[in-house]
Amino acid sequence: MNKRSSWALPYAIFLLLFVALPLVLIILYAFQDGSGNFTFGNFTKFFTDADAIGTFALSLEVAIENTLICILLGYPAAWILSNKKLNRSAVTIVLFIMPMWINALMRTLATAELFHMLGIQLGKGTLLVGMVYDYLPFMIYPIYNILNKMDKSYMEAAADLGATPWQVFWKVQVPLSMPGVVSGIMMVFMPTVSTFAISEFLTNNKIKLFGTIIQENINSSMWNYGAALSLIMLVIIGMTSLLQDNKKEVAGGTV
Amino acid sequence: MTNNDYIIEIRNISKSFGDKVILDDVSINVKRGEFVTILGPSGCGKTTMLRLLAGFGQADKGEILINGVDITGTPPHQRPVNTVFQRYALFPHLDVYENIAFGLKLQKVPADEIDKRVMKVLKMVSMTDYEDRDVESLSGGQQQRVAIARAIANQPKVLLLDEPLAALDLKMRKDMQIELKEMHRKLGITFIYVTHDQEEALTLSDTIIVMNEGKIQQIGTPTDIYNEPQNSFVADFIGESNILNGRMVKDRLVEFVGHEFECVDEGFGEDVQVDVVVRPEDIYIMNKLEGAQFTAKVKSCTFKGVHYEMYVETENGFELMVQDYNAFEPDSEVGLLIRPADIQVMHKERICNTIEAEIVDANHVKFFEETFECLPHSGFEEGEKVKVEITFSKVDLIDHPEEGMLSGLVHFLLYKGDHYHLTILTDEGYHLWVDTNDIWDKGDLVGINIAPQDIKIIKSDE
Repeated sequence: MNKRSSWALPYAIFLLLFVALPLVLIILYAFQDGSGNFTFGNFTKFFTDADAIGTFALSLEVAIENTLICILLGYPAAWILSNKKLNRSAVTIVLFIMPMWINALMRTLATAELFHMLGIQLGKGTLLVGMVYDYLPFMIYPIYNILNKMDKSYMEAAADLGATPWQVFWKVQVPLSMPGVVSGIMMVFMPTVSTFAISEFLTNNKIKLFGTIIQENINSSMWNYGAALSLIMLVIIGMTSLLQDNKKEVAGGTV
Repeated sequence: MTNNDYIIEIRNISKSFGDKVILDDVSINVKRGEFVTILGPSGCGKTTMLRLLAGFGQADKGEILINGVDITGTPPHQRPVNTVFQRYALFPHLDVYENIAFGLKLQKVPADEIDKRVMKVLKMVSMTDYEDRDVESLSGGQQQRVAIARAIANQPKVLLLDEPLAALDLKMRKDMQIELKEMHRKLGITFIYVTHDQEEALTLSDTIIVMNEGKIQQIGTPTDIYNEPQNSFVADFIGESNILNGRMVKDRLVEFVGHEFECVDEGFGEDVQVDVVVRPEDIYIMNKLEGAQFTAKVKSCTFKGVHYEMYVETENGFELMVQDYNAFEPDSEVGLLIRPADIQVMHKERICNTIEAEIVDANHVKFFEETFECLPHSGFEEGEKVKVEITFSKVDLIDHPEEGMLSGLVHFLLYKGDHYHLTILTDEGYHLWVDTNDIWDKGDLVGINIAPQDIKIIKSDE
């Protein structure tokens, strides 16, 4: 090992201890029963349990809905923020990004209080509102970033070739900003699948998400089943990240 | 009012960004099928002019007509022009074929017709078989060809080219110049080409428009521009030149470098100060002194490939650049001769600084937002609007801006054989012209002092 690569040693140790080791432990636990024997039992239990599958499906559904709403709200917001004619000040951008500075748990608690104050029944609706509120900045930021850095000459070239402003948007700006959208999806979809605190506070535990079940199992010392569920979730999340690898980098900025 | 010969009529266009004037009352007429080059240094407004033609941005004043139709307010996608961008601006998410077909698809051209046209323009730019390539896998030169193909696929009436060759290396640039010229001939459409490269402009154009600081300096054919520059800026910007102070003695007789020369210019009047331009290749240099109009000593001699470039100093201290196929040794005495037709005489834009001013008191006058001491004057009242005249050589420039009454920077400089003629831009944005023997560089920060006895006050209506 030469001198410079030895600088990486602390990071390697960190990764080993806090990323690799837990992963190995999760895999080991997932394939063991309570007394340490090798088994597929944890997985068969999950795939034959209609309740667990239902929760899993609901989690995916909520995550997809949340992600879609975030795109629908976040893309126009990012577009307006990046448009120098509509938005001349950096303050508006900070206002949009500022919620990211505050702990998500605190914001969720505050949102729950707000619903309580307004007398709104907690349920799936409030869960989605809370999630969108929590995750919207994570969608806006990467899209804003890529739109902001995008070379304006692409849009000018499209207009020059006869594209109306609407066509410029759909045929050039949207496709070129896809890497930003993909980053946004990763930053919103993945954590929503595994979230449990938001559903706990914003639905009064009426709606259980996949994250909640994992948490409950781990809390009641069913580590092996919890680890198996975690592994399943990890695989799902890992599959989403494949989305990004297929997208090539676009001149004018990637996130 | 509309003339059918003109495809583009630009009338009195002005444009400012903030308080910086980019285009100042520019009017241009372009004939159908012409290859017109807008030439000027960076920041002269040439790119802004092209962008206004394409529809990116609005002029503050004036109007633009294409084919007799006022398009001043028309958005870019409805204009019958297409642009080749300096940085190509090819869509990275589309391949070569889709890039070229972009505009045609928008016009709902049938697919087989699109096919035909894409293949035709690809052939025209020598890029056949590249249609499936990713644009980012292409070299700079290839990308530029695709950008040109994309612009001409739409069959525009006018093709706008914004320094299209600036990013290419020299050899490739030369090849592309020839191809562009050929393409212009084949297509028969009007080309408006923007560049800062004077050689490119001379090679390609039917007409050159020389711009500087938002104003048109001269419009003419390449030979006109080269042989008969209308002012010292054009003479200095296009090609190598000796620019000298001169005096028109009478019609067809001009005096410079301490000698009188026959020339072909008339109508300047008698005993009038002028600028004289002589191209270095138009000065005949020889070893024998008889038959020469004046003599000089060779200071340096450099081989430039085709010719030798020599600096010579005349017996009365003027330095001239001479180009010749033969080398003349440094320190040798040579005879020089200039033919009447090779002397270009130009009106001087100014013969001294004339500045609007205001009398402060008996021995102070205010101009350029600063109060200057002057000699006691008579006949002027306090607060009276006047003008002051300051001779170019009486403006004193010093190294330290903070020690001057004014400060500014060297904006433009011109060597005039025995001194430098500088344009100084003061911090407050005023121009001051200075003759000096000191050597300054463009962009140098300077302090400016003017002695009281050198400020001449005159009535404002003189």
